[in-house]
Amino acid sequence: MTLTRRTLLLGATATLTGCDRLVRNETFREALFSAENFHKWSQRHLMVRDAMAREFHPDQISPIFRANGTANPNTPAYKALWRSGFADWRLSVRGLVERPLSLSLAQLHAMPHREQITRHDCVEGWSAIGKWRGVPLRILLEGARLRSSARYIVFHCADTMGNGQPYYESIDLDDAFHPQTILAFALNDRPLSVANGAPLRARVERQLGYKQAKYLMGIEAVDTLSPIAGGKGGYWEDHAGYDWYAGI
Amino acid sequence: MVMDPDRESGEKAAEKSDMRPGMLVRRHRLSTRLWHGFNALLLYILFTSGLGIFNAHPRLYWGQAGANFDPAWLTLDRFPGWITLPGHYSLTLSRHWHLAAAPIFAFALLAYMLWSLGNGHIARDLSLRRSDLSPRHIWQDVKDHARLRFPTGAAALRYNILQKGSYILVIFGLLPLIILTGLTMSPGMNAAWPWLLDLFGGRQSARSIHFLTAFSLIAFFLVHMAMVLLAGPFNEIRAILTGRFRIPGHRP
Repeated sequence: MTLTRRTLLLGATATLTGCDRLVRNETFREALFSAENFHKWSQRHLMVRDAMAREFHPDQISPIFRANGTANPNTPAYKALWRSGFADWRLSVRGLVERPLSLSLAQLHAMPHREQITRHDCVEGWSAIGKWRGVPLRILLEGARLRSSARYIVFHCADTMGNGQPYYESIDLDDAFHPQTILAFALNDRPLSVANGAPLRARVERQLGYKQAKYLMGIEAVDTLSPIAGGKGGYWEDHAGYDWYAGI
Repeated sequence: MVMDPDRESGEKAAEKSDMRPGMLVRRHRLSTRLWHGFNALLLYILFTSGLGIFNAHPRLYWGQAGANFDPAWLTLDRFPGWITLPGHYSLTLSRHWHLAAAPIFAFALLAYMLWSLGNGHIARDLSLRRSDLSPRHIWQDVKDHARLRFPTGAAALRYNILQKGSYILVIFGLLPLIILTGLTMSPGMNAAWPWLLDLFGGRQSARSIHFLTAFSLIAFFLVHMAMVLLAGPFNEIRAILTGRFRIPGHRP
């Protein structure tokens, strides 16, 4: 019995090709993708609703906070906002709320803040620690008087991705009302840079980086995600099949 | 003649004096055989999809955080397609495979541990005896292994100290370690079980340990395969598939 490297290679390739073929089967694909539901369910049951993400000491902050995804939205509208120092920028709070809001950066600065030194985890595997300052999302939702039919909060962003589709993300109310979920306007004691999402980005600290929507233009309360864009609740969820629940 | 596994497996059977070379006996219980096959498949999926995930950022760090501007202790090229799942680069699909297989693997291990505790497999076949641990006995076993001198007759039904040691290390060491370090990479689990971060010294340390543990399991797999081939692949593979094992006689 001789097992050469070549037979091993062929065997490995054949098995892996078989796995690839399985994924093309719709039922199998759905079963494989449904693991997300197990992870969401089990994590939500293992933690109390407001279980906190780890907060770090100032000396643990990453020397350089790596920016990822869009580095600059570069649309004419965004450039005009940037040129005026975001004086004309407004965040709209709309959808299933009794009192829609339109807030300037100055108004957000005047609201109660939260500061947190947390770890940003990219789905690719790297992590960076940064100090964020911003307004808890809960304060805006309470100010806008969220209707009881609302189930998700959608973040609408100024950046469009390669194919002209706007970036967006969404979270459920467990995360929207979590004390560490803030709309951040400062990173490491400086106003948010363009690469990191100026003027405002979401921080949802118990989930991966692609949920941390940058260049926020509006937040919308909805009861279902299916009518929005591709219907899966986020740009990467629609276009690359990422999990909507990114706690793992 | 086939002995009843419930009364006559492992060491107990080996202690009987009428075990002669050439006799076909029950070697592995159904629970062990089922878990072994299931585990082999799951570890294969987990390893290959894990390499696919690693390819998204093939750098490893120690500590809480680490990204491109931080010093990495290991930087690799991407693993080639013949060893990753899927065979082309797709972080999405690698993650779906990995995160679907991981909980099944973890609960199967837990079930196997509890079952083996209940049916006496651990106490009878894996637990170390005082005589196993004497330096002379260990040294003798190391020498026998180095000379590829495998036990014959009824002694072939007992695990020797190196086998016991490596099975204990894998089942109670490496496999739980790879599950816990995997969970430590999850930001949701960090909130649920913050002690994981303290246990492993941070998310990036956990990612490094996860990677090293995966390759330790590959090292175990290679030695395990070599031993099967050297000890007589037909008899060994029959034993792990059907449970039946022919007691080996004297070898040249």
